[in-house]
Amino acid sequence: MKDQLDRIIAATRKGAMSRREFLGRTTAMGISAGLAVALYGKVANAQEAKKGGVIRAGVYGGESTNSLDPALAASPVPVITCSTWGEMLCDVTPEGGLAMRIAEEATSSPDAKEWTFKIRQGVEFHNGKTVTAEDVVATLKRHTDEKAQSGALGIVQGIADMKAEGDKLVLTLSSANSDLPYLLADYHLAIQPNGGIDNPAEGIGAGPYKVEAFEPGVRTVFTKHANYFDSEVGHADQVEILVINDNTARTAALQSGQVHMINRVDPKISELLKGTEAVTIKQTAGRGHFVFIMHCDKAPFDNNDLRMALKLSIKRQEMVDKILGGLGSMGNDFPINASYPLFDDTIPQREYDAAQAEEFYKKSGHDGSPIILRSAPGAFPGAVDAANLFAASANAAGIPLQVKLEPDDGYWTNVWNVEPFCASYWGGRAVQDQMYTTAYLSTADWNDTKFKNQEFDDLLVAARGELDEAKKKADYSRMANILRDEGGLILPMFNDFVEGVRTDIGGWFDDPNGELMNGRALSRCWLG
Amino acid sequence: MHPLLKLVIQRLALGFLLLLVVSAVIFLGVEALPGDTAQAILGQSATPQALANLREQMGLNDPPLTRYFDWLGGVMTGDLGKSLTNGADIAQAIGQRLGNTLFLAACAAVISVPLALILGLIAARYAGKWPDKVISAITLTTISLPEFVAAYFVIYLLTQVIPLFQPVAMVFPGMSFGAKLHAVALPVIVLVMVVLAHMMRMTRAAILNVMQSAYIETAELKGVRPMQIIWRHAFPNAIAPIVSVVVLNLAYLVVGVVVVEVVFGYNALGQFLVDHVTKRDLPVVQAVGLVFAGVYIMLNILADVIAIFANPRLRHPK
Repeated sequence: MKDQLDRIIAATRKGAMSRREFLGRTTAMGISAGLAVALYGKVANAQEAKKGGVIRAGVYGGESTNSLDPALAASPVPVITCSTWGEMLCDVTPEGGLAMRIAEEATSSPDAKEWTFKIRQGVEFHNGKTVTAEDVVATLKRHTDEKAQSGALGIVQGIADMKAEGDKLVLTLSSANSDLPYLLADYHLAIQPNGGIDNPAEGIGAGPYKVEAFEPGVRTVFTKHANYFDSEVGHADQVEILVINDNTARTAALQSGQVHMINRVDPKISELLKGTEAVTIKQTAGRGHFVFIMHCDKAPFDNNDLRMALKLSIKRQEMVDKILGGLGSMGNDFPINASYPLFDDTIPQREYDAAQAEEFYKKSGHDGSPIILRSAPGAFPGAVDAANLFAASANAAGIPLQVKLEPDDGYWTNVWNVEPFCASYWGGRAVQDQMYTTAYLSTADWNDTKFKNQEFDDLLVAARGELDEAKKKADYSRMANILRDEGGLILPMFNDFVEGVRTDIGGWFDDPNGELMNGRALSRCWLG
Repeated sequence: MHPLLKLVIQRLALGFLLLLVVSAVIFLGVEALPGDTAQAILGQSATPQALANLREQMGLNDPPLTRYFDWLGGVMTGDLGKSLTNGADIAQAIGQRLGNTLFLAACAAVISVPLALILGLIAARYAGKWPDKVISAITLTTISLPEFVAAYFVIYLLTQVIPLFQPVAMVFPGMSFGAKLHAVALPVIVLVMVVLAHMMRMTRAAILNVMQSAYIETAELKGVRPMQIIWRHAFPNAIAPIVSVVVLNLAYLVVGVVVVEVVFGYNALGQFLVDHVTKRDLPVVQAVGLVFAGVYIMLNILADVIAIFANPRLRHPK
């Protein structure tokens, strides 16, 4: 066994073995998962983190309308930017655990209603001020203000009372939530001096890099925050994000060495890139997914038999192969996959079944008029092709599904959440609770399938306050089954993050929480 | 007052009126777009409450006419307002982007205009012979390539096969002039390929047209050398149509190169405009639209004036 372990360690040091592979191999040898993670940390870090240099990332998804205000971050570039200059109370680790950052410790009352966070001493903002519990309170308060238009409003509005007591932050929730620290790891909630109330777009935080120059939609230049509290993070002297929205230019920039890493490698060319010497392709199973959504309260989709017929008439493997170029995994009509903690992997995979679909369709008593599925190129990459594949397999099962092409312009205004059946996408969330609360709770603002189920709602609230993991997992499993069999969500595929990294970059690890190592690639990698 | 000066003033006044009309048309066009700014900013994640807040905050609940005149008043006093989406000062943001646009256009023009004229003169001199055919074939090929295809082609050739340049052509304040030139090399090559043929062929056609005249025959009979005839006698009389085509292409280089900007990630005004149209950032769209219209109108006035200067009949009206 020793030899085998040595071989694995050697391979990992050379960068020839990914974190996932390392953990898989070592646990297979009988090493406990916890030990394997720790071991990986040691082995990968032993891979001499080099200091200095300039790391550049070419990133898809930035516009000249972007701002540095973390509350407004929504597309990839602002999100990654936020994660580079900002520091949250805690981070979610790639394994789904918690890493304490500005908070040193998080404890809750037994009913998970009152949370106490101990603020780390001596953490400094880029402007030289020390991070205090008051700054954290001010930050959270700003996001509760509707005028701040914060993407984290849904997270902070459940906090009934927040106060600073010396070096402690005490949050009282209106209803129990055992996942609170995970939610506070959200990138919108970067701690700002005095909450950033005076100038939210100042770009001053406590993160490993400070913003040196910011040109919206063009680039952001960061320099090392000299007094950053964690010496394990922030290896390069300077990091840069270049906004390169064009696929070809982004790929060419990576190949020619103008940038060191890029996100969103086109699945069609990832195979070709694998042949290039200076570039490696990193494929990370994530939580984002592509969906077709039906409004459960509008005819003909108010009939569960018809919804079932449609769910059974989609060829999931074909979607993964043709739309994602194999870089993804099949969905099972609920928005959770193995990348989430407490995922129940015993729920059977739904497959294409024309006979059963036809049976459900007949049972629904639908009049045979065309069922219109609306799609646009911008609904998700390949959305129109996916809709056409879906229509073809549904027609083969005798379901009169028809695709209507919509323009990208105004799609999220005029089609999504308006028309009863359309293509859409979701990014993942940190924990199951957050995903379900955002879009599947009866009262959710973004309940885009108009799914209303009392049992489901009750389970969600119960699971939220549940500190016993086994019970919590059982609740989530039941919810997944309800959504899978009764919901308005058709989820054919989860898309992987496909990223290109030059071989002179060290320290890369796969992180299912978000693209480019959950936005931390620039601050965790080094230039070898 | 000199009739020419009067004419220029007349043109400028007319141009100003035209700009006003254009501003109204742009406003109407943007109003007619589906969806509003608030919805576009919040996108898929819009909650009804957030939408209502944002609409109120941005004054979108005022009637369109009020918003139009508020904006026009601001423009007159040099205040373009703040971007609705990120609160940046519009005049400042446009200023920097416009600088980049003009830099790229100037680089492309400095190469393409003289090159097109020289090639046009050569083609006219050897009309129907092989130099003419070669020049026509090459320029027609480059103009027939869609810009993005040409762009991908030069990216492949000049960054992958022969790694001379960088595929991403961003320029930043603080870069040296040489570094800027190096950065924009690829887009300039593509733009030259795109605009060359049009100007070259107009030069050739205009000169050949003049070459039919009796006085050219006289010059030939006098024994003047062909190139001399073209340069001294034909070219000055062909200037008017050539200038108008050159100006049209210059205007294109300023306002019409968004595809090239996107492919090379060049941070200029076209990409800026498209981003703000997508987000329904009305004040920015209007401001950029106005800048583009202004450029078009100014360049056309310039073309008119040059044509008049070049033509004695227009220069000395009876």
